[in-house]
Amino acid sequence: MYATRPEARPATVEVSVDGVAVMVPVGASAAAAVLLAGAAAIRETAVSGAPRLPYCMMGVCFDCLAEVDGAPNVQACMVTVAAGMRIARQAGARDALLGEAPR
Amino acid sequence: MSFDLAVIGAGPAGMAAAVEARGLGLSVLVVDEQAAPGGQVFRAVEAAHGDTALGAEYSAGLGLVESFRRCGATYRPGTTLWHLDPDSGELSLTPGGPAQARRVLLATGAQERPVPIPGWTLPGAMGMGAAQIMLKTAGAVPSGRVVLAGQGPLLWLLAAQLKRAGAPPALILETTPKGRLGAAFRAGGWFSGRRLLLKGLGLLREAWGIPVVRAVTGLRAEGEGRVQRVLWDGGSADCDTLLLHEGVVPATHVPLALGLQHAWDQAQQCWRPVVDEYGASSHDRVAVAGDGAGIGGWQAALAMGQLAALDAAHRLGRLTLDGLAQRAAPVRRMRDGALAARPFLDALYAPSAAVLAPVADEVVVCRCEEVTAGQVRAAARLGAQGPNQAKAFLRSGMGACQGRMCGATVARLIAETRGVAPETVSPLRPRAPYKPLTLGQLAGL
Repeated sequence: MYATRPEARPATVEVSVDGVAVMVPVGASAAAAVLLAGAAAIRETAVSGAPRLPYCMMGVCFDCLAEVDGAPNVQACMVTVAAGMRIARQAGARDALLGEAPR
Repeated sequence: MSFDLAVIGAGPAGMAAAVEARGLGLSVLVVDEQAAPGGQVFRAVEAAHGDTALGAEYSAGLGLVESFRRCGATYRPGTTLWHLDPDSGELSLTPGGPAQARRVLLATGAQERPVPIPGWTLPGAMGMGAAQIMLKTAGAVPSGRVVLAGQGPLLWLLAAQLKRAGAPPALILETTPKGRLGAAFRAGGWFSGRRLLLKGLGLLREAWGIPVVRAVTGLRAEGEGRVQRVLWDGGSADCDTLLLHEGVVPATHVPLALGLQHAWDQAQQCWRPVVDEYGASSHDRVAVAGDGAGIGGWQAALAMGQLAALDAAHRLGRLTLDGLAQRAAPVRRMRDGALAARPFLDALYAPSAAVLAPVADEVVVCRCEEVTAGQVRAAARLGAQGPNQAKAFLRSGMGACQGRMCGATVARLIAETRGVAPETVSPLRPRAPYKPLTLGQLAGL
């Protein structure tokens, strides 16, 4: 769980984390938004379904893989927030044939 | 687009190289994954330099970022290098098209050394560097009971920064064993590096008042679905956020993928690319500068970036050998001065054997594929010679992070099990794409 310090960086950008609105500072990452929202997890692992939150915040660990604006497997720590961004928890392995798969 | 010099990474080494190379008339491309220049040490400094919690040394990075912005290099932020053909000089980048460079400088910096303790995969356990990035990029601090566990200069810097930010940690668990200070003084460097060490003493003084347990062993995290307690040999404490740190290591993912020659760094217990005085690697088009060539801190990185740029200018016929020697001399002195305290720091904060290879079999070492230390030991007994073979046994290193988090630990566990020295086990050999790509990105080529 993290908290902003409005005296240092006011939280002015509204995004949603698992459908819940949260205000975050300009320049924060989608992973930071998840931590600021106090979410219990950003993903559940593909192997055992264990909950994870971001670990490294610098693009190394890939534990922050999430759905950002509908796109799966996004490194949330590498994406800067934009107003209205939708960040959602990614549960388990991705389905390789989502969406417009050939039939 | 074709350039004289392509620089990968816009931290101190990359920015300094770009400024120097532009000053010598080279055309320069700088590719960086982050949205703004600064690297990790000066991350988001343009936005956060006014935050007094971060300190004067951080704010001083603004000058370097400003001269980089003005230097006339082509700057592609938010861009990932996913393949480099060193023989042809072609760089594959996403998003956007490829680029061509006569010389390539890898300035990809460091990553935190993974700290595989029981429970480190629980939500709420993070790197100290990660918490510092929260402070730099969002002005945010961990709330609730925060415990810092591990060792290194960053521990004391972060403790001071969190205290200044009004969120001091509840407890510091320092893992440095007893007697290390004596070893550090014997290793040398404390006198010539005294300015850096005095800065460190200042941080210790600032962190005064935060409870500290010293010489901690047997660190582990517990909790239902998240970290709730941290335990160590002889004690335990409630905990909402556990911040771990055992130093940083060179980010060798791209240099290893390129097949550059590497050497084992005994003092820092990690692999580093073999480079000459100017950062030139074993491939005649590629140089490595900054922490990616061996941990030395941002001031050494800045000097190494400048040296690599001077060398590039010389190789491309823009600087005579005499001119190179003349310009390099003061920069080399600057680099050597910045590195003076390293023997002391390396001896003081050498990672313990249990950090490099977790003792308990149930510890997850490959976070992506959830492979445990016990499984790696079993694979070693079945004949896995190193992390490249362990992939076929266990899938360790085959997940999304491509072995960035587990490669060194898997190698160490196998070395221990086989009873051989760590430097005799080949490191994990990453492959392109250096980061996962979508099929859509590949189809769009």
